[in-house]
Amino acid sequence: MSESAGGRVRDIVDQVYRADSRRVLATLIRLLGDFELAEEALHDAFAVALTQWPQSGVPANPRAWLVSTGRFKAIDALRRRARFDASLATIAETVAERASVRHQAHEDEFEEDRLRLIFTCCHPALRPDAQIALTLREVCGLTTESVAHAFLTSPSTVAQRIVRAKAKIRDAGIPYQVPTGAELPDRLAGVLHVIYLVFNEGYSASSGDALTVQELSTEAIRLGRLLVELLPSNEARGLLALMLLHESRRPARTSMAGELVLLEDQDRGRWNQEQIAEGVALVELALGAPGFGHYALQAAIAAVHAEARRASETDWAQIAGLYDVLLSRDASPVFELNHAVAIAMRDGPAAGLALIDALLARGDLAGYHLAHSARAELCRRLGLNTEAANSYARALTLAKQQPERRFIERRLGELRST
Amino acid sequence: MKYLCLIYGCENPEQQLAKPELEKMYSEYFAFTEGIRKSGHYINGNPLQSISTATTVRIRDGKVSTTDGPFAETKEQLGGYYLIEARDLNEALQIAARIPGAKYGSVEVRPIQEMGAPVPQA
Repeated sequence: MSESAGGRVRDIVDQVYRADSRRVLATLIRLLGDFELAEEALHDAFAVALTQWPQSGVPANPRAWLVSTGRFKAIDALRRRARFDASLATIAETVAERASVRHQAHEDEFEEDRLRLIFTCCHPALRPDAQIALTLREVCGLTTESVAHAFLTSPSTVAQRIVRAKAKIRDAGIPYQVPTGAELPDRLAGVLHVIYLVFNEGYSASSGDALTVQELSTEAIRLGRLLVELLPSNEARGLLALMLLHESRRPARTSMAGELVLLEDQDRGRWNQEQIAEGVALVELALGAPGFGHYALQAAIAAVHAEARRASETDWAQIAGLYDVLLSRDASPVFELNHAVAIAMRDGPAAGLALIDALLARGDLAGYHLAHSARAELCRRLGLNTEAANSYARALTLAKQQPERRFIERRLGELRST
Repeated sequence: MKYLCLIYGCENPEQQLAKPELEKMYSEYFAFTEGIRKSGHYINGNPLQSISTATTVRIRDGKVSTTDGPFAETKEQLGGYYLIEARDLNEALQIAARIPGAKYGSVEVRPIQEMGAPVPQA
């Protein structure tokens, strides 16, 4: 066989790896009952594909071929180890038996397996940071290095988190299952929360110099889509809509120099209209049926912004009304802050300032830089420059992200020069 | 799998709760225990006497040291336990959430490491 044909097969293997390795892994975990074993099996199966496919051709169903090859490799490896360690013999046979029974009974369960993997990685018995790391690593296939990079931590810390989480899954008996019945709503909310955290980390990294770690947002949107496709629910649709509508603004959120651009100053012509259209359609679908929650409502607010061609055309009355509904269901201080800003835009800065001052007096948001910078901005609009400068200074001590810090510093400079 | 459900709560509920509340809690425990006996999840379970009866033993430099009191002074103390049989952690957590103590304090769920089974590799 010619070298170029070999190269073509290698390209196909790469392509199959990118498209299907997570599906194959998800199924191997079910068949073998163990994350580590399944990962080894996945790598073995692709290694075999690289040597066999150039000779025998690419199988008709590469995914099924990889699952079956991985399964045999894993059972082989266990039997080989059992020859040196008799205590492994029963385990090897149990796995072999289980894998063959499950394999025959559930050939069509690929999609269900992907959901099993998501729900297992987001199990509430795992630490929140481990849920995120495990989801990105196992479900999205990100390397440990990229997960570490995105969360500004070392690869060894991430690796350790993942190892511990897998050990807990195995030793505490966390099942490889999609929850059903009464358990499902809470567990689904947990999965959506993990996806939203991943998105936010990608959309506004909590610290560091890069305003966005785009890869994370892209992965979060992909996960959101997967969930809408595999387990359609109005909250999953709402979350996907929210992420798309925020993501649509990405090209306009930072200036060429990497500076933060506020929503009202953004060049709306640079918003991604395709994402807006998809997001708006999803919001309408979600809000048109019972069972929507705070993601759909937040998405509806984002949709109102998206539909305003100019910042001055924003329907603040509708936004304030949507925040009222949101707050009646979910009294979060951050929603209250956003509500106060909407009121300021609808009824004038003094009305918003009174709400923010009351909120800060309660102490909930005293450590949240955006509460202080919102207050500063309203004071500035009311001509209370000293108050504004004090609040910006407070915000600056709390803000961690470089573009946000530079934005606050610019505002402080402007106030001091007037 | 077997799971140990450790029930943590305030010390001496007899002194902290009013009599009707206390009776309500006892009847809840009675009903819960009967329920998991019937469903086959129950292996064992007991309340513990107050931490004022606890003694902690350690061996240091080959010498036994005995001190009065629990291993750690914390706001919530171990007050009792259930040993249960469950299919997996999800089932164990569902059962643990029905222990009346989960409403008053916290329940820690720990899988039992079966002896003879392979030791988990780190």
